[in-house]
Amino acid sequence: MVAVGRVEDVLAGTVVRAARLMRDLDDQIPGALEELKALYPHTGGAFIVGVTGNPGSGKSTIVDCLIAQYREAGLRVGVVAIDPSSPYSGGAILGDRIRMQRHATDDSVFIRSLATRGHLGGLSRSTQDIITVMDAMGHDVIIVETVGVGQDEVDVVSTAHTSVVVVVPGLGDEIQAIKAGILEIADILVVNKADRDGADRTVADLSMMLDLRAKGAKTVRILKAVAIKEGGMVELVEAVDLHRRELDSETEGRRRGLERAETRLKDLVRTLALERALALLESGDGLSALVERIAEREIDPYSAAEQVLAELMGNP
Amino acid sequence: MSTKRKIRILVAKPGLDGHDRGAKVVARALADAGYEVIYTGLHQTPDMIAAAAVQEAVDLVGLSIMSGAHMTLFPAVQKALEKRGVSDLPIFGGGIVPEEDKAALLEGGVDALFTPGTTTTEIIDWIEANVRPKVEG
Ligand code: B12
Ligand SMILES: Nc1nc2c(ncn2[C@@H]2O[C@H](COP(=O)(O)OP(=O)(O)O)[C@@H](O)[C@H]2O)c(=O)[nH]1
Ligand SMILES: [Mg+2]
Repeated sequence: MVAVGRVEDVLAGTVVRAARLMRDLDDQIPGALEELKALYPHTGGAFIVGVTGNPGSGKSTIVDCLIAQYREAGLRVGVVAIDPSSPYSGGAILGDRIRMQRHATDDSVFIRSLATRGHLGGLSRSTQDIITVMDAMGHDVIIVETVGVGQDEVDVVSTAHTSVVVVVPGLGDEIQAIKAGILEIADILVVNKADRDGADRTVADLSMMLDLRAKGAKTVRILKAVAIKEGGMVELVEAVDLHRRELDSETEGRRRGLERAETRLKDLVRTLALERALALLESGDGLSALVERIAEREIDPYSAAEQVLAELMGNP
Repeated sequence: MSTKRKIRILVAKPGLDGHDRGAKVVARALADAGYEVIYTGLHQTPDMIAAAAVQEAVDLVGLSIMSGAHMTLFPAVQKALEKRGVSDLPIFGGGIVPEEDKAALLEGGVDALFTPGTTTTEIIDWIEANVRPKVEG
């Protein structure tokens, strides 16, 4: 099912074809993976910025401002914006574009909305693949807006070079989320909606928490912003640039690159192994036979699982 | 790997028309029916709608027009889609559209129109009958 010449078209930056490939990847159409593999050698040029934080904190508004600044600098910008799928219907309303519409007809800006489709961790399963396509198309910067629910939005760290965490004044409940690991995720903390009361207090609270970390913990910058008025956005881009230069200059960049590659490899092995094992189980009547033997106490479930895995290893 | 595609639909409000209740009701109903709906918000130009439809690789473009400007906006969006290389995308919509205009727009290549009082079930049935086979075929 490989679409003829699509890899070449994507590398040439053809938007219709690239968008369709992203769709095939999101829908897990088998042939699309072969095209993705062919694109991989042409990637690695894009700088990836993650933006995470609670729903309503202003992530999309901030992404809109970042697009504007990177465009002013003459860069090509890709955006991947993820919203949750309903666990009941499987459907989704993807509304992040609303805040970015001033860039809609800029041909150097490519915005793609994705639904989580049941994937946990703040991104969709396809996010990394969509980034790969945008990278291969020649985008200089790719901004990833995560779902922003819960406290387990850790995937963005292994995906982005620089992670921006957005919080709003009047922490309260959010203190919990911060305890639960947001400080570990962030390279930059943005206290957005600083037009509201309590921004300075929130900045002070966050600084204190950063100070309480173990010695040698990474540098985290804190900024105030009023994204609806584009306030603090120049400073945000500067902070991203600073972080980027630290990555470039130190061994840190290489370390993070290796870390990202390792995480990606392990994730894929886990996913593919599981899928193939289940496919093997469900092919023929092997599954029902095994299940029956387990229920009848003829074989224990561990030995049965080992048998399935042995068969999987024998049939790559 | 499964090959069951998820249907993706763009819902947009073109022009200066500020009536967004219908568009939001329809967007919500479509999401509840299991589709992925990209909602672009108010005040979209035809080219903004076409650009979003291309980048989002949707299966269907939906316009909500209550302002009376349907006879210019539908063809303008069709033309913008063609310009961006996706003239084969189905397009549908709703709002205040008199019967004679409806006939003319359908004649001009709009795939379906739903006027006030339509139930969201009718809209979903139309998608299942007309769009699902193309997406999965
Ligand atoms: C509520 C309303 C308003 C609200 C809007 C609130 C909002 N945020 O949406 C307010 C009070 C703000 C308003 C203002 C105005 N309104 Co008004 N308004 C209405 C009213 C009474 C109901 C519309 C509505 O929400 N219906 C409920 C929703 C669920 O139904 P719906 O939108 O029709 O959607 C259904 C279908 O049309 C279809 N559909 C709609 N969109 C889509 C999209 C897709 C993809 C699909 C598949 C289907 C679909 O499916 C839906 C479900 O059945 C209508 C009269 C009427 N009976 O329609 C007038 C009406 C639309 N308004 C009208 C006018 C003139 C105005 C004003 C210009 C009045 C003025 N002089 O100030 C302003 C302009 C506002 C603006 N900025 O554009 C006229 C339009 C006349 C025309 N087109 O020729 C109408 C028809 C009243 C009339 N009879 O004169 N209005
Ligand atoms: N008061 C205030 N509101 C803001 C600011 N930034 C964003 N908002 C509003 O907060 C709401 C949510 O913004 P959005 O960017 O969609 O947040 P997201 O859900 O995190 O992507 C919108 O109504 C924005 O207009 C800000 O700096 N100050
Ligand atoms: Mg958002």
